[in-house]
Amino acid sequence: MKNFIKIITAICLLITILSMQSCTTVKEYEKNKLNDSEMVLGNRVIEKTELSFQSYREGSSGANAGKVGGGCGCN
Amino acid sequence: MKKIIISALALLGMLNAKAQENTNSGQSKKLTLDEANLVSSYYHQDGNNSAVTGGVGTEKLTDISNTIDVTMVKYDKKDRKNKFNFSVGIDHYTSASSDMIDLKANSSASHADNRIYPSLSWSRENESKGTTLTGGVMFSTEFDYQSYGANIGFSQKTANRMGEFTAKFQTYLDQVKLIAPIELRANDDYGTSGRNTFALSLAYSQIINRNFQIELLGDAVQQTGYLSLPFHRVYFNDNSVHQETLPDKRFKIPVGLRANYFLGDKVILRAYYRYYTDDWGLKSNTFSLETPVKISPFVSVSPFYRYYSQAAAKYFAPYQQHTAFDDFYTSNYDLSKFDSHFYGAGIRISPKNGLFGVERLNMLEIRYGHYTKSVGMKSDIISLNLRFK
Repeated sequence: MKNFIKIITAICLLITILSMQSCTTVKEYEKNKLNDSEMVLGNRVIEKTELSFQSYREGSSGANAGKVGGGCGCN
Repeated sequence: MKKIIISALALLGMLNAKAQENTNSGQSKKLTLDEANLVSSYYHQDGNNSAVTGGVGTEKLTDISNTIDVTMVKYDKKDRKNKFNFSVGIDHYTSASSDMIDLKANSSASHADNRIYPSLSWSRENESKGTTLTGGVMFSTEFDYQSYGANIGFSQKTANRMGEFTAKFQTYLDQVKLIAPIELRANDDYGTSGRNTFALSLAYSQIINRNFQIELLGDAVQQTGYLSLPFHRVYFNDNSVHQETLPDKRFKIPVGLRANYFLGDKVILRAYYRYYTDDWGLKSNTFSLETPVKISPFVSVSPFYRYYSQAAAKYFAPYQQHTAFDDFYTSNYDLSKFDSHFYGAGIRISPKNGLFGVERLNMLEIRYGHYTKSVGMKSDIISLNLRFK
């Protein structure tokens, strides 16, 4: 499984590097796909409770533009 | 004659422009409803490694959560977009492990509780400058825990509006009621202790092309104060029982990458990766992929999968493994080494003329997920989101 993680990490980094180099200017009228509600760069509203239980049941949290503390998680 | 026609057309044009300006101005200056979301969730978990009973014993828990979230919009005199958001959530949970704070009780006061968490936030977007200011406050209360939070943030778009940098500072000032396991109590006077969290979050999002955008995220989180939980038991190898004891500082660094890609006309790939490390020795990797498929312009189905893997915190050891030589100790399996898998699907319906004959009810989403941990815990969650516009 560690190899799987390494491969995924490498793929993500590769995509990012390649993407940054190939940025094109997109005009407002060309953003219909980028403006689709499923394309939002962020968590869905419906994921609120999922993110909450994951932060309680796992030792790590953050880097998801959400809360980084507060509440309890004591159960 | 020519001059008259040109003058008349110019006058008409000016009047038309003025009328449009007035219309925009009239609409924008009012405080109007942007959207309201109602989210309800039912969560159930089970396992046999409860920290309340020292890493052994039931983890059975149910939680019913309801939140309502209302966003209003108003443009000010300088045409800046002001968003006001009010949210309130109420959770009711029952926990078999909390019930074991008193080992002899079979439905003690700790077996169930409610949590209420209101919040207020505001943002001001200056579209001409590409900047956004944000701020917010929150509060959360349950029987043994109170939390006060505040945040402030700033975003700046790049000159070509293809990228956006965001910085946000968050703080949470919490109070923990020191409810010890019943056999370790000197008296029934609980007392409280503080727990503070300070976080700087940075993000940069970039549009790559018409179909693809990414976001890089990173946090630096400092926690200080009482970071243990007072009713978590730890059994040493001599069978003596103790309260969980963890350091009073923790520094966390999570970094993440999101990438959303519109594949063809019907499929979207939403990928996320996060690496996390902290000074308790806990490291983790998270990867998730969600693939919404547009069955029609108004219906989409979104299967998802999330993989998570963590190394144990250096203060963790299972039941009866800690010794009297340890300075810090916990048998909380949330800090142990494990892998987890979370998978499920959601369906989103957003018809043009509203749902169930209600025009303002413009979206319904239902989502189910099943979660398993390699240490035996499993859970299910089902959520419903109704959006009004």
